[in-house]
Amino acid sequence: MTTKLMGQGVQRVEDQRFLRGQGRYVDDVAVGPATLHAAVLRSPHAHARIVDIDVDAVLDLEGVHAVWTHDDLTGPMAEPLPLLIPHPALTHGRTQYALAKDEVNYAGEAVAFVVAEDRYVAEDALDRIRVTYDVLPPVVGIDAARAADRLVHEDVPGNVGARMEQQTGDAQAAIAKAPHRLELDLTVERSACTPMEGRGTVARWDPDLNRMQVWTSTQSSTGVRAVVAVKLELDLGQVDVITPDVGGGFGVKINHPWPEELLVPLAARALGRTVKFTEDRREHFISSAHERGQVHHVEVGFDDDGRLLGLDVAFWHDHGAYTPYGLIVPIITSTQLLGPYKPEVYRVVFESVYTNTVMVTPYRGAGRPQGCFVMERTMDAIAEYLGKDRAEVRATNFIQPDEFPYDQGLIFQDGRELEYDSGDYPASLEKIKALVGWDEFPAFQKEMAAVGRRVGIGLACYVEGTGVGPYEGAHVHIETTGKVKVATGLTTQGQGHATVFAQLVADELGVRLEDVEVVTGDTRRMPYAVGTFASRAAVMSGSAIHLAARRAKEKVLKIAAEALEASEEDLEIVDGVVSVKGSPGSSLDLGTVSVLSNPLRYAFDEASKAATQFSVGDPGKPPVPEDEEPGLEGRDFYSPERATFASGMHAVIVETDPETAEITILKYAVVHDCGKLINPMIVEGQIHGGVAQGVAGALYERMAYDENGQLQNASFMDFLMPYVTEVPDGIDIDHLETPSPLNPLGIKGAGEAGVIPSAAVFAAAIEDAERLSIPGLAITAMPISPSELFHLRQSHPSQEHTA
Amino acid sequence: MSEELHDVRLSVNGASYDVRVPGRRLLSDALRHDLGLTGTHVGCEHGVCGACTVLLDGAPVRACLMFAVSAQGQEITTVEGLARPDGTLSNVQQAFVECHGLQCGFCTPGFLTTITAGLRANPTPTHEECREMVAGNLCRCTGYQNIVRAVERAAELGLDTPSLVPREGSSTNEETP
Repeated sequence: MTTKLMGQGVQRVEDQRFLRGQGRYVDDVAVGPATLHAAVLRSPHAHARIVDIDVDAVLDLEGVHAVWTHDDLTGPMAEPLPLLIPHPALTHGRTQYALAKDEVNYAGEAVAFVVAEDRYVAEDALDRIRVTYDVLPPVVGIDAARAADRLVHEDVPGNVGARMEQQTGDAQAAIAKAPHRLELDLTVERSACTPMEGRGTVARWDPDLNRMQVWTSTQSSTGVRAVVAVKLELDLGQVDVITPDVGGGFGVKINHPWPEELLVPLAARALGRTVKFTEDRREHFISSAHERGQVHHVEVGFDDDGRLLGLDVAFWHDHGAYTPYGLIVPIITSTQLLGPYKPEVYRVVFESVYTNTVMVTPYRGAGRPQGCFVMERTMDAIAEYLGKDRAEVRATNFIQPDEFPYDQGLIFQDGRELEYDSGDYPASLEKIKALVGWDEFPAFQKEMAAVGRRVGIGLACYVEGTGVGPYEGAHVHIETTGKVKVATGLTTQGQGHATVFAQLVADELGVRLEDVEVVTGDTRRMPYAVGTFASRAAVMSGSAIHLAARRAKEKVLKIAAEALEASEEDLEIVDGVVSVKGSPGSSLDLGTVSVLSNPLRYAFDEASKAATQFSVGDPGKPPVPEDEEPGLEGRDFYSPERATFASGMHAVIVETDPETAEITILKYAVVHDCGKLINPMIVEGQIHGGVAQGVAGALYERMAYDENGQLQNASFMDFLMPYVTEVPDGIDIDHLETPSPLNPLGIKGAGEAGVIPSAAVFAAAIEDAERLSIPGLAITAMPISPSELFHLRQSHPSQEHTA
Repeated sequence: MSEELHDVRLSVNGASYDVRVPGRRLLSDALRHDLGLTGTHVGCEHGVCGACTVLLDGAPVRACLMFAVSAQGQEITTVEGLARPDGTLSNVQQAFVECHGLQCGFCTPGFLTTITAGLRANPTPTHEECREMVAGNLCRCTGYQNIVRAVERAAELGLDTPSLVPREGSSTNEETP
């Protein structure tokens, strides 16, 4: 029997290409002197009216082919970019223009576009454009937005783009009646995805085929295809979008179109040449999207055991200057902050506010890190108030294993009920406690305190809605060589899709892993797709591929049964050979079945010659019977009722330096439940990466805007992205598998989990480390740097005499 | 006004390339766009991320901090030159496969060149030295856990850096863009 590959840590098949320098990222496409290069002039001001743009000095620069401002755009290109996901609560949605019209609303907004022989010349040309601005006072940060003494958009009162409320009952009444009450104010700062490869787009217009071909580093090639068609007034069928290797996405590449994704194809058609735009690092910081910035106010009522009787959360979400991705991020915060818990009554209200800073779209975790921070800080505060063990208070509030499916009574980001499919939170808690040494820690803490060392432990739990719809599709084609070509429309950014999807096909079809080739993100191969985000690829495309392979297998068995004069039930496929069980002499390889599936009479090669000895089909009927198709293919789609819900718990032990307030990670532990594992090696890799990004968000990364809306740390020199020296040396991982009943494989998504509880777990551990020395010290804002911890100590009332 | 151009002979992975470039052309851009060796990636253009690391006479350098004209006369090794002459992966590359040391693969060329040079300087690193060896390169995907394991695994597999000397019998590739 072929060994089942599902669940095995199979080495990645795509690695060979990457390790040999043969990866194909967008900037590696169309290399050579025939390609023109684009550069974008970006606003130096956070808020200004454009009085005049003078491009006269540009055109006499040798090597410049085009310079455009908004005045050069016509038709749909001159209209604002689309608001991708409108929502009734988003009463004042605003999007930018491909090139700014009349005003700019963040430093970095695209103002003019140049195409030249190379990027160096294009940047020279940018220097010659003279823009006259009437500078306006900017709105920077949530406090300034809420104060509303200046407006980002004149026609948006109070800078409030949206206000949304959900509730399961009268939370205020429940809190008022509860035996105990607490209030907390909690803040999370902005950070950003910052993949190693920035954005990039290449386009080529083929006048002979009347087609536009676009390569772009995106998380949704079908989305880009649709918007290019609309904006350039082409039929969808005239546009191909190909997403080759992507050097990381983490959310920022799900937003589309970026101005350049439209301007590059437009230029390619206008100039009749291949045109390329490759974002540089500074551009990525100041013009690609950010996330995370939110301020929260929590009111909670609870009983003597710490059970949540009423929870009322209000928060303010900084969505920057525009809202191209709607309210996805704050809706996720507002719903997912409930985590594995079941408060008796919950109300949440948020306002999404405009600021003169870069727009906000999802970043790995997408609003969940903030929600988790809010809920877990609340749990810690309750435990502290009651003098109870923090794990025990959490356990008191868990949804129990026999309560699934569990309906939280809210509407989730996909417009469906927030109903958890499966899970076992008490089992996870036992595992994480064992893994980190929770029960033994107090003794260790005392021991360390005795020698003047401050160590602390933190625990945080989360639930992650993964595998959201609406659908993904797949196409499986068995070639006459016996090789299997698989296409799915969603894109890949390093998650190992070529391997895990091949594992699923190999299992279902009974072929060898190396005979399966997976293509993602090419609209020519699968034009119907949604995208790679929200930990949905394995669930959505994995399920679709499984179903498509099953369809192909059904056809294999039908044709082979006829050719071998056997019954379909008696056939099996092992290593690409179909045979009658128990009689190994009676067999056909898949390539031959593929030849038989297509009633051509051309003997191209030995395989097709060999196939002619089998007679398939009734000679009294047409060679391709009614309702049949030639070729050995399977195509199917998967569309779930609702999201799956992965879950997990993290724990960390930190040490804080009594003098310098330096924060050192001593141990990091993760318990993770993403349902059935396809490839544990890849899942662990996803956790490792997520934890590193979580550490980054908790301890290092922030977008340091000054009061003028200038980003002060727009380089890797100044933005503290972790090197190996900043991440834990070893992460202890344990898995739990509660299969999802929603899909045929029982899987849930795994991509974002690692990053969700980080701010919460570090806040808890740092607070725990400090409290033996400074009782009552509270960590309420993340990230926290050593200098911030130092000042927090200094400003604490108990420390006033030493300040 | 056209820019002054310079004729430069670049020796890369044992082959010679003649290019005509402006003085300001970065080595990273010359490798990628003039020579078509796109394995060397540009992640930041200010020398911080390490994705563009190539070996210059065996020593790791940031190709985005060098001009192409200043690389003349030195032997450059890029990621394309790391595999053995028979096409099989070098031990460092093989260790990355075994340890799942890459995800999106964008930073990988810079890690491979850095580690290749690092292990040549120190073939038997301690765990801490393995971490230090990669402490100048940024990766956004892996959390570095498996990259450090890959350094340890590569050390275990042994020193193997065939490409650091020009390959015998390799043909000279004269190219003028």
